[in-house]
Amino acid sequence: MANSAIEMPAGLTRSRSERSAWQKLCSSRNWLGFWYMLPAAGILILFLAYPLFLGVWLSFTDTKIGRAGEFIGLENYEWLGGDSVFWMSVFNTLLYTVVASVAKFAIGLYLALLLNKHLPFKALIRALVLIPFIVPTVLSAIAFWWIYDSQFSIISWSLRQLGWIDHNINFLGDPWNARWSTIFANVWRGVPFIAITLLAGLQTVSPSLYEAATLDGATNWQRFRHITYPLLTPIIAVVMTFSVLFTFTDFQLIWALTRGGPVNATHLMATLSYQRAIIAGQLGEGAAISTAMIPFLLAAIGIAWYGLQTRKWQQGGSND
Amino acid sequence: MNFDRRSLIKGGAALGLGAGTNLLAYAKAWAQASPFKVEPNAKINLMRWKRFVEAEDVEFMKLVAAFEAATGAKITVTNESYDDLQPKASVVANTGQGLDLVWGLYSLPHLFPQKCLDLSDVSKYLGEKHGGWFPSAEAYGKLGNKWIGIPIAASGGLVNYRISSVNKAGFKEFPKDLAGFLDLCKALKANNTPAGMAFGHASGDANTWLHWLLWSHGGYLVDKNDKVIINSPETAKALEYGKALYDTFIPGTASWNDSSNNKAFLAGELHTTVNGISVYVAAKKEKPEMAADIDHAYLPIGPVGKPTELHLPFTMLAFQFTKVPNACKAFIAFMLDAPQFNPWIGAAQGYLSHFLAEYDKNPVWTADPKTTPFRDVAKRTLTPAGLGTLGEKAASAIADFIVVDMFANYATGREDIKGAMAGAERQAKRIYR
Repeated sequence: MANSAIEMPAGLTRSRSERSAWQKLCSSRNWLGFWYMLPAAGILILFLAYPLFLGVWLSFTDTKIGRAGEFIGLENYEWLGGDSVFWMSVFNTLLYTVVASVAKFAIGLYLALLLNKHLPFKALIRALVLIPFIVPTVLSAIAFWWIYDSQFSIISWSLRQLGWIDHNINFLGDPWNARWSTIFANVWRGVPFIAITLLAGLQTVSPSLYEAATLDGATNWQRFRHITYPLLTPIIAVVMTFSVLFTFTDFQLIWALTRGGPVNATHLMATLSYQRAIIAGQLGEGAAISTAMIPFLLAAIGIAWYGLQTRKWQQGGSND
Repeated sequence: MNFDRRSLIKGGAALGLGAGTNLLAYAKAWAQASPFKVEPNAKINLMRWKRFVEAEDVEFMKLVAAFEAATGAKITVTNESYDDLQPKASVVANTGQGLDLVWGLYSLPHLFPQKCLDLSDVSKYLGEKHGGWFPSAEAYGKLGNKWIGIPIAASGGLVNYRISSVNKAGFKEFPKDLAGFLDLCKALKANNTPAGMAFGHASGDANTWLHWLLWSHGGYLVDKNDKVIINSPETAKALEYGKALYDTFIPGTASWNDSSNNKAFLAGELHTTVNGISVYVAAKKEKPEMAADIDHAYLPIGPVGKPTELHLPFTMLAFQFTKVPNACKAFIAFMLDAPQFNPWIGAAQGYLSHFLAEYDKNPVWTADPKTTPFRDVAKRTLTPAGLGTLGEKAASAIADFIVVDMFANYATGREDIKGAMAGAERQAKRIYR
């Protein structure tokens, strides 16, 4: 990349002047641009690329905390391949991501459409919707931990007072209950982000399109399907990419709520990686679990990339 | 200077201004006589576990202040919860800066033994001066011939029970054998005054009582040569017993963390559990009528015929890369010296038990007979390694909840006995390779 930045202007200016290569370099805008880019590149390399490659490297070693490791090839991955807890964490992560993302999208879109209408106290309501997103994750996780407590759950208590159940609901003690409970908490937390972003997208849609459609006799559903949805697609692609990435790499919520329990039933790859690497000291194995997340994340980014590509209809062509 | 131990205990207990000046004067004299000469302008960063009993922390900060005034050192104390302390210490061990002293739990020094300062001279000094170390102190503090940490005190995990509920279940005193214990738990469930112990990832509670359960049946993760022997008939028996207990427990124990049983007990929903003395201390303050109904007992003894309890030691380590090794050593020696240690352990109200024989005489163990069982905690405790050597492998195994998950896997019905044992064996073999 750096080479092309140097060579290109040199090639362009050769015929016009007889200056030395150095002078040409000094006056080159692209060369200057390269220098301007350097700090940003430095930050990216130092804080993103280096840790990423270090993590991948560690996954091929048997490093433990406080002790350098030796290269052991794919041993960590072979071990994980036969580790039922690891596979359960992969299953949990996929379940968690898919269910929570779909739910967040559906509820978020619904909320955004509601908020886009003319409501009294519109600004106030929009601000209120953001609350779950503003509260620090750990705080909301602790609130949910109380809500889900096996003895003091407000839900269990209320239902008992109503006489609907005769014993407390075992929210976090039963594997499937625990999975749905953590997914619910994640959805609660993630909806505002999607709702507000989609709302911003909705407001860019020109009202004249709706007016024209109404004159043509389009129903509410047709207006949504043929105006709102297509114009919202790029925003949906961006917001869902973020949402999927955040959900896939979620850590705090699970850690504060269940620590991956009961019996590892809610371990996500991120929490299992932390558990093995930092708590138990097996840095190499933990790094291997983290590295195993990369293909999934790349796939999510790939889908978003596809979604972000310019469509014909955006340039006035027909929608295919 | 004429301060004997007794007057200082009284002074410390009275928490008066006079005690403060006494302590300072004593501290100055101590610093003069101490074999560990504090470096000038020493700065110590100390990270400790977050207190459970406030008075203990107050007393601790008082002795920190006395040490600072006497030696001119500056100690910055940070408090971290159980679960955060170990990762933070590990990161510091890896990066080689940020902390000088860490006061952590279990086998923390054994997670990164190469990074720990040799404290053999401190332990020798203290042992000779204060009646000698209990054997478990050596097991926790030593690696080979070297002391890599000094066990300050242990938090006992003993049975906490409601006297009235146990009596109502037909037991005059708390059962001392496993059969009696199971019968009691069944009767407690029938009376709707259930027992309950953590099967979740509770670093303190779940690890202590489930290791006791395994060892009481003669099951061990590894033998004395660190060979994995978890897949054994003894373990199978322990698993059966654990499941039978689990079925009598209050619902939800699979999700419990370290504070769950405290909350449930104090709310009156839980009538027997394994915990430190913190429930009793809190009850004395907030619910005196409940405190009068609480008592403590040793965990029952299994077929192996001897106590197999695991308690929670708090060990202090100094990092090798500290710039002030002598100040670190001096602080540990100062803290465990009688005039400081006695009021401090008194303030902990039985929550913490000593590793040095001299402190058996501390009045905290006899003033309230309900605290007496906790006096012997450090004498009775095994180490997380069981029969094996305490080191980074044992530390990894307990940190990864291998034994806890094995019991939880079977008790909650996720796996059968063979599957649960095989899973634990596979994990343990990887750590002990």
